[in-house]
Amino acid sequence: MLTKRIIPCLDIKNGKTVKGINFINLIDAGDPVEQAAYYAQAGADELVFLDITATVEGRKTLIELVKKIAREINIPFTVGGGISHVADVDALLKAGADKISINSSAVRNPEIIGQMALEFGSQCVVVAIDSRNLNGQDIVHTHGGRVPTTLQTLAWAKEVQERGAGEILLTSMDHDGTKSGFAKQLTGTMSHMLEIPVIASGGAGTKEHFAEIFENDDASAALAASIFHFREVDITELKQYLVQRGCPIRTISKNLIA
Amino acid sequence: MNIAIVKYNAGNTQSVIYALNRLGIEPIVSDKAEVLQRADKVIFPGVGEASTAMNYLRACGLDTIIKNLQQPVLGICIGLQLLCRYSEENNTECMGIFDVTVRRFQPSEEQKATLKVPQIGWNNLFDMHSPLFAGISEQDAYVYFVHSYYAELSPYTIAKSNYCLDFSAALQRDNFYAVQFHTEKSGTVGAKILDNFLQL
Repeated sequence: MLTKRIIPCLDIKNGKTVKGINFINLIDAGDPVEQAAYYAQAGADELVFLDITATVEGRKTLIELVKKIAREINIPFTVGGGISHVADVDALLKAGADKISINSSAVRNPEIIGQMALEFGSQCVVVAIDSRNLNGQDIVHTHGGRVPTTLQTLAWAKEVQERGAGEILLTSMDHDGTKSGFAKQLTGTMSHMLEIPVIASGGAGTKEHFAEIFENDDASAALAASIFHFREVDITELKQYLVQRGCPIRTISKNLIA
Repeated sequence: MNIAIVKYNAGNTQSVIYALNRLGIEPIVSDKAEVLQRADKVIFPGVGEASTAMNYLRACGLDTIIKNLQQPVLGICIGLQLLCRYSEENNTECMGIFDVTVRRFQPSEEQKATLKVPQIGWNNLFDMHSPLFAGISEQDAYVYFVHSYYAELSPYTIAKSNYCLDFSAALQRDNFYAVQFHTEKSGTVGAKILDNFLQL
């Protein structure tokens, strides 16, 4: 049976891991390659690296970092942040990334979703959507969740699927950093409306929150950052807990030596 | 050990190279008959679309070279599908090592709410019977899949998985082995399977 995926997200700036609380107040949380290896052996099913470096030099650092990660870890990983051209994707995939994630650039120029899917396959094109509720409506935001657009979240999700996205990474800005649980209703509605998988993001604080978002297949995967980085939730324990709750989860054997 | 990876237009070979590096192997990536024939083992990976890949292989004669290889060969993902007889993906006649049809996942109306196409993620293997899976118990056998098309069950099936229905997660005939999942991205289980192939 296909299992639900647990995905730690590492925010990268100038080659180091950071995590913003509501995307502000960045705290250094360590070395990305070391963390990636730790998460892989702890049982993470995938990893997401979100690069928040804006400079050209920083982008070159990112490619080198992606190569190091690909050499070191044996699970799939996605790289996002500042990707706006087919050439960026080509360089990241060649460096060893399995998927790329686009966000503001897809809103600015939706055609790139199709161009990237055609060139590299839908399976490696993740569209990240940052959503915030404004006056009762779920609205897509860009620039790290700061700038509202005119797009309705669910309508945009449907459009990116039609344009060839392979997965959606949905972050609820209303829940992000609150540790009060994922946006179950919005994520579930989106997940059941679409044919492609939806990754829930924003709001995880406890093991129970993961069990809740996987109930009724409201998400195919769940992503979190600081609670994993600061070991508030241990991935191995989380997965044991989810198995006990009857959730389809991949467990890792301790006796297999490869 | 001399390991060759088939170079062609549907290859995301970098991950496979890194996975072999982690096992202490430095593979050669080549599309030359003499290099592939001389290797101790050949890996035929791939990510992409069947008809484009088959057209390319035929145009440069690689299909005949691969079919005539005598040493152990491991197809991965689209590599498995191209070693089958026929793929529904753009009605593609493939190499026919395995007399098996490759079909698209068709979730029933009931399954549609929960089963997405492509299948993306970790699924479990069962009914494993091959040295490829030595040392891997069914309870540990989770591997990473990304695919919309699957090989039907057949006498060549050496491991099954289930998504919409039971399908061939791995096939074997003589010296030809093939896996639908990505060994190179399947954690320690994937590394063990790759290592088992190297030990054949």
